[in-house]
Amino acid sequence: MQEMVARTESPGIRSEELFVNMGPQHPSTHGVLRVLTRLDGEKVIDAQADIGYLHRCFEKIAEKRQLFQVIPYTDRTDYLAAIHDELVYVMAVEKLLEIEVPERAQYIRFIMSELQRIASHLLWFGTFAMDLGATTAFLYAWRERERLLDIFEAVTGARMLYNYLRFGGVRNDVFDGFESTVERYLKDFEKRLEDYHELVTGNRIFEKRTQGVGVITAEEAIAYGASGPVLRASGVKYDVRKNDPYLLYDRYDFEVPVGQNGDCYDRYMVRMQEMVESAKLVRHGLADMPSGDVMGKVPRRIKLEGDTYARIESARGEVACYLVGDGSDRAYRLKWRSPCFVHLQLLNIMARGGLIADLVASIGSIDIVMGEVDR
Amino acid sequence: MGLIDHEELPGIVTLPLRRLVNWSRKSSLWYLLFGIACCAIEMMATGASRYDFDRFGMIFRASPRQSDLMIVPGTINEKIADRVKVLYDQMAEPRWVLAMGGCAINGGPYHGEYNIVDGVDRVVPVDVYVPGCPPRPEALLHGVLKLQEKIAREGIPQKSAARA
Repeated sequence: MQEMVARTESPGIRSEELFVNMGPQHPSTHGVLRVLTRLDGEKVIDAQADIGYLHRCFEKIAEKRQLFQVIPYTDRTDYLAAIHDELVYVMAVEKLLEIEVPERAQYIRFIMSELQRIASHLLWFGTFAMDLGATTAFLYAWRERERLLDIFEAVTGARMLYNYLRFGGVRNDVFDGFESTVERYLKDFEKRLEDYHELVTGNRIFEKRTQGVGVITAEEAIAYGASGPVLRASGVKYDVRKNDPYLLYDRYDFEVPVGQNGDCYDRYMVRMQEMVESAKLVRHGLADMPSGDVMGKVPRRIKLEGDTYARIESARGEVACYLVGDGSDRAYRLKWRSPCFVHLQLLNIMARGGLIADLVASIGSIDIVMGEVDR
Repeated sequence: MGLIDHEELPGIVTLPLRRLVNWSRKSSLWYLLFGIACCAIEMMATGASRYDFDRFGMIFRASPRQSDLMIVPGTINEKIADRVKVLYDQMAEPRWVLAMGGCAINGGPYHGEYNIVDGVDRVVPVDVYVPGCPPRPEALLHGVLKLQEKIAREGIPQKSAARA
């Protein structure tokens, strides 16, 4: 690594590397991430992530508990977008047991999943802006998120970790007036989104802090297996919702926002545009939601045999679940593919050669959730 | 508490020093921003626009040296336990700890798994437990109010034997 950095050495002045330990208690590492950084002045020579501070034995628990008992644990892997992680697990089991999901349940899943994407991106927007020093944006974003959490609470009974999806459908139907409530929310939300753009997007400080910072090229992103907004910001048009449609994504038309430069600014713009697309999808779903049951026929005794792989596009990227059954009512093995874990490997590429302050922007822009990294 | 009606110095209030100290301590509980897991998001929600921790004089601090209260919002595993202890040791007296959520109380849904420390009270002494998975912001606020009540009852410590 030494030869990569042009040392700022002049005769008579001795300079040496500085080792800085960032985290696990640090306000902008989004949880308990520890970054081991080596600095030359303010320049980052090397940044290595040290993870495992939130390892909670999720995959082992999935082998020990019965299948349905695992659903609450999937919530707690990616706790900012709990529905998405529930969905991928439920989809894997349904695929293996060949359970049919009623149309209405599909629609509810679809709407909830897109609303969850908005909620997750809103939180990301707030914290990312706060990382860069804009505290007001954080308070604005939470104002909108709270209203969305109210809707989630009315539907599922919980604000964050829902335990809402079931094999073969969802636990309960939505409340009366769900459509109008969501519609009203979306109308306000779109107005607020314009405020956000005025507040943050055109801001000179924000642009200086993000444009050209933490660049990931398309080749690097593909080579490391990045997905979601991180991959799309680098200019690769890949979205599981389009490329391998699940739920109802093949029925509705929506744009996949793509960036060009792969810097923090592009990742920001991609997420901001994704929220608009999500709102559009929710509207489509609300318009076509049929009536009927929300639970399909599920066998009384569950025997899990064979293996399957399910994947979805979560708010952070491609979440996938590889499930193996050995004929019992428990999973023989569960493997979780978490996008944040993959994106964290890109940290060194983003941070190297940049300033230490830009490292904070880089960590914020990949939107990591430590619960998902460590599982 | 008494009100002295003095001609030259009106509006003087007398009260035990202990109550004045406790009042000032409980009214500005600066908490350590140490988001561990899911509960940290609810802790952030409590600090954000709708629930607004600032009403109680609670402002988050990034450094343990400046904070009075450590909210432990999340699962403690073997790797983070040492760090929690270090952070607690770095805080200046008087200091309080609030265990937020099932995981910090006794491991919660992860109780008894390998790698999990069943409750943060095995690492640091805890003053208030707030149950829930995660607790709602209202629950956290209630826990903080309980802590304030507890602080208001505290006596002035005898020299170094402060808080065992």
